[in-house]
Amino acid sequence: MVEKPAALQMVNIEKYFGLVHALRNINIEVGSNEIVGLIGDNGAGKSTLVKILTGVYPPSSGEFYIAGRRVNPRTYSVKRAHEYGIETVYQDKSLGEKQALWRNFFIGRQITYPFGFINVKKEKEIAQEIMLNTIGFRGRGITVNSKVNKLSGGERQGVAIGRAMHFEAELIVLDEPTVALSLKEVRKVLNFVHKIKEGGKACVYITHDMQDVYEVSDRFIIMDRGEIVASIAKADISLKALDEFLLGYSQGLKDKELA
Amino acid sequence: MKTVRSVFSFLGKIEALPVFAVMLIMYGTFMVFAPDVFMKYRIYMSILQTVTPPLILALGLTFVITAGEIDLSFPAIVALSGFVFAWGYQNLDQELGREWATWASFTLALGAGALAGFINGFLIAKIGVPSIMATLAAQFFWYGVTIVLAGGRSWRLKDIQEDPVWELFVRRIYGIIPQQGRAPIGVPTQALWALGLAIFLWFILNRHKFGEAIMFIGDNPNVAQVMGVNVVATKIRLFTLMGVIAAFAGLILTLQVTVSYPTQGEGMLLLVMAAVFIGGTSIAGGYGAIIGTFFGAFIIISLEPGIVATKVSGYWVQLIEGLVLGASVVLHIIIGEQNIANFSDRIRRWSTPTRLVKTASAQENMRKEQI
Ligand SMILES: Nc1ncnc2c1ncn2[C@@H]1O[C@H](COP(=O)(O)OP(=O)(O)O)[C@@H](O)[C@H]1O
Ligand SMILES: [Mg+2]
Repeated sequence: MVEKPAALQMVNIEKYFGLVHALRNINIEVGSNEIVGLIGDNGAGKSTLVKILTGVYPPSSGEFYIAGRRVNPRTYSVKRAHEYGIETVYQDKSLGEKQALWRNFFIGRQITYPFGFINVKKEKEIAQEIMLNTIGFRGRGITVNSKVNKLSGGERQGVAIGRAMHFEAELIVLDEPTVALSLKEVRKVLNFVHKIKEGGKACVYITHDMQDVYEVSDRFIIMDRGEIVASIAKADISLKALDEFLLGYSQGLKDKELA
Repeated sequence: MKTVRSVFSFLGKIEALPVFAVMLIMYGTFMVFAPDVFMKYRIYMSILQTVTPPLILALGLTFVITAGEIDLSFPAIVALSGFVFAWGYQNLDQELGREWATWASFTLALGAGALAGFINGFLIAKIGVPSIMATLAAQFFWYGVTIVLAGGRSWRLKDIQEDPVWELFVRRIYGIIPQQGRAPIGVPTQALWALGLAIFLWFILNRHKFGEAIMFIGDNPNVAQVMGVNVVATKIRLFTLMGVIAAFAGLILTLQVTVSYPTQGEGMLLLVMAAVFIGGTSIAGGYGAIIGTFFGAFIIISLEPGIVATKVSGYWVQLIEGLVLGASVVLHIIIGEQNIANFSDRIRRWSTPTRLVKTASAQENMRKEQI
């Protein structure tokens, strides 16, 4: 069997926002069927890294490869990332609140007639399909025409995840998808990550919940203030040790600051 | 309770039904209290003519407000385009000949609107100037440019009634409406253009990628961006479109009155904004009602002649306009789908026990327990 190239490889990525040095010398690799837990305090740069990967911002310097293909930062965009099979689920920024669900499934990659007019019938059909079969919405009065602001937090993440599944991503990025979800809804998200693994795809999972991330990940990448400070395989560390490592790490830093 | 709610939500789903009802009630009232005016065709033809420029502007502004932005510069673009047209009409015929000169002037005027709109869009989307400031400055600037270029005087469109451009856009079409009394009554062509434009723009907003991008941007620009909408380019296109639409309204107005004066369009700003809000477009962005705007423009334009015709003192006009605007905005809030959604959501939340939410602090506690 031919080895599939890494889903993602970043080499010496730097990102500045004005004077803020948000990412420093980032080098990471995510295997083609690897689940990577990305861990770090607020402001560590996790979301910035994700946004570079998904085409929202260009990096200030450095290069990266998606499934072995070198990405041209000048032409890279969210659209291009979609074409490369990268899907993202954000904590709360994934859906247009006042828009109908069917529009949310296809925004940015509409099914169109000539001249950019939307094929509403087709989009609604597929949206219906996704809702019934992929997400498993039953009853509760939610239809493709429902507005997002009628949905609960879990239902919203269901929509965002269903969308990612439908478009058959090679690499799915989940940026704090479980904030403000009930335990039952978190379970659904975790099961979804297990499915990604079983389906042979890759995933970057960001969360502050150590138990969750330990359960689903193959490897942990730990970020602090724009830098990657550790990459540890799950086989090499227990949940308790990982937790202690993180606590000790931030404790160590605090001591350093005091000294 | 439930049936009331579903009736409301059903009505809320028919776009612009409440505005349409308000318009019918208004005309009904005028028919009752001023039958000698409002039971005849003539007044409606006159309303159709008056409504067209503000209606066209309101259609464009609906897009801008849906995107969560505002444009205060369109009255000046009306004046600018009228002047550019009049200038070309008077000065280009030596080189181009009469007919070409009119068409060239028409195109130049639309181009001037596009340029002014593009500059708005560039300042707002690329430089990050808030739209209220960029377009306020633009209003002063383009009125200023127009006054300077026009030398502060009005420019007549001599014999424009014989020109094919005039015929195409503002001619009266006779023979549709039965004759009442002596003079024949014609339907103003410009109203048909406004209707056509409204239908076209409805499809662009509700059925085109561009319109969908506008709605998502107005809803939440960050979401739009991470979902692959080019926010900057879309906003630049939006303001350019608004500029072209304003120029078109200016052209219709100038052709209608056969003269361009450098303060044309003044006084339209609030009227046009009122039409958009009466129509039900959300000031918060994310939702735009083209059909509502269409009827809203008729309502706001008809109030003055209606009130005057009912022999109520003209002093009452503004007061009643204010009441109608206020009442329609309240109406939209009460029966708007948005609110129904919030309302039913709240009821659901009241009737179910608080769900266990995994908050950050709860996680922190759990973590401490493990250790
Ligand atoms: N668009 C932006 N403009 C300026 N600074 C930003 C922007 N996005 C993020 N930052 C800064 O970059 C740093 C990393 O932020 P972020 O990637 O959101 O962290 P995390 O997701 O790990 O909490 C923070 O200091 C944040 O303030
Ligand atoms: Mg983040």
